[in-house]
Amino acid sequence: MSDKESVDIDYVANLARIELTDEERELFSSQLGSILKYFEQLNKVDVSGVEPMAHAFQVENVLREDVAVEGFDPDTAVQHAAAKRNQMVQVPKVIDG
Amino acid sequence: MSNDLHYKTLTELQALLSGGELSSVDLTQALITRKEAVDPQVRAFNSLNKEGALAQAEASDKRRAAGESLGQLDGIPVGLKDVISVKDRPLTCSSKMLENFVSPYDSTVSQKLKDAGAVLFGRLNMDEFAMGSSTENSAFNTTFNPWDLERVAGGSSGGSAAAVSAGSVPVSLGSDTGGSIRQPASFCGVVGMKPTYGRVSRFGLVAYASSLDQIGPFGRSIEDIATVLQIISGHDPKDSTSIEEEVPNYPGALESQKGPWKLGVPKEYFGEGLDSEVKASIQKAIDWYSDQGCEIHEISMPNMDLAVAVYYIIATAEASSNLARFDGVRYTHRSKDVENAIDLYFKSRAEGFGEEVKRRIILGTYVLSSGYYDAYYLRAQKVRTLIRQDFMKAYETVDALLTPTSPFVSFKAGEKNEDPLQMYLSDIYTISANLAGIPGISLPCGQNSQGLPVGLQILGKPFGESGLLAIANGYEQAHDHSNQHPTL
Repeated sequence: MSDKESVDIDYVANLARIELTDEERELFSSQLGSILKYFEQLNKVDVSGVEPMAHAFQVENVLREDVAVEGFDPDTAVQHAAAKRNQMVQVPKVIDG
Repeated sequence: MSNDLHYKTLTELQALLSGGELSSVDLTQALITRKEAVDPQVRAFNSLNKEGALAQAEASDKRRAAGESLGQLDGIPVGLKDVISVKDRPLTCSSKMLENFVSPYDSTVSQKLKDAGAVLFGRLNMDEFAMGSSTENSAFNTTFNPWDLERVAGGSSGGSAAAVSAGSVPVSLGSDTGGSIRQPASFCGVVGMKPTYGRVSRFGLVAYASSLDQIGPFGRSIEDIATVLQIISGHDPKDSTSIEEEVPNYPGALESQKGPWKLGVPKEYFGEGLDSEVKASIQKAIDWYSDQGCEIHEISMPNMDLAVAVYYIIATAEASSNLARFDGVRYTHRSKDVENAIDLYFKSRAEGFGEEVKRRIILGTYVLSSGYYDAYYLRAQKVRTLIRQDFMKAYETVDALLTPTSPFVSFKAGEKNEDPLQMYLSDIYTISANLAGIPGISLPCGQNSQGLPVGLQILGKPFGESGLLAIANGYEQAHDHSNQHPTL
């Protein structure tokens, strides 16, 4: 990772689905460059044979009985959608034709 | 007497309520008046539902009159960080993304507070989506430090700390992902505790970094913290990471658990970057414990220096995934300037998120992206294991660790927000507790020469909250620091 000096900010912003202004693009590129440089200290650590840790404690699947439980009514579920119709969320057309 | 009420502890207020010397309505009204007097300067609150609070207070008074009081929290106003859902109340996360959002359900902690009769008193400001160390990243306001209104309250739970410090509420809840309860508690001269990961349900807490987030209390005394922790703790079927572990009697432990304790002082927490006055205050606290007959062990946590790097890889990676749900489609801000469905994501997220949130999502997306996953994320998870091992090894010898909460006292607003890395380093002493999943508390241990509070951090064993509270209580009872309040 040390040979990577700068971040392809447009590629990453595209993955993150965020439109950046030119100003943000420039600012983030330089700031991320120095943050990634700071991360390089992790390369000095010998992690051979060390198990990665995703949670502080062992996490297991928690299952419940497959029975219906009370949920939101449809009006509540879509109450905050910016556009809705017939208890459904409305979005711009996704598929042409 | 209402003027005196705002700096009383929860325990003192409950005694007045139980003794019939005070009603919850009068208390709630007094704190509304206090909030209205001081909050235009402090700006701890995002919103306050006066009618709702007074109605809850009235219901509490009726219960009490009927001999049906629900216990220690009944009738006591409690503030909540604006990242914790309360049914039918706003939940903004201090973000434009959720500016108009009203929560359709209660978080588990809100439900528990309601069941205990608490008066849910207002929504407290924070760094947007809990990302920050100064509450300057709120999309609405910066919260200022009640001790010096030119300085920050800390973050990300700055509103929760400042509201208690300013006397607007006796206790509040915040969330701590890398120090977001302990650091603002330290800056504002109050007590703040991050419980063990899994001790308190996260159901209804808007997720930032799910493997690190934990809800915890702020208060003006250790006893108050123990009282609130007792009520919010416990396993919850709605949070698969909450742990089935018995909840002990925390307030009872303050008396029953007596020292002397074996306390570790990790030398890595006292090196370069630590302010000399903060260091002197912490050393004085260590000396006090030693004078009480505690064994003080100098220990080493060799991987401590790596914690900030590990944290900002893991937390941003988890955030990039968690915050994908804020997409402009179902319940968030939606851009009006949209040509197609993909555009809707890009523009809604561009308009809805502030700068720091974007920066962290971009960073998290990068460290998870193809070709970099092993180098950053996987390696960070392995070093996280080493950091946890450092703690577990220390706890073979000692009961708890004594450290500064933050390398410095509260800084001036605007001083650090140009350089994200400098801001990130203000969490250097708090972050590893989240990575290891252990509990930690920050309590006032004096003031520097400018009269700004210094926080002592005590870190305990997993599910060792009882011992941690008892160790902190011994110090608090022998000192007057928790009775010091800012002049507002």
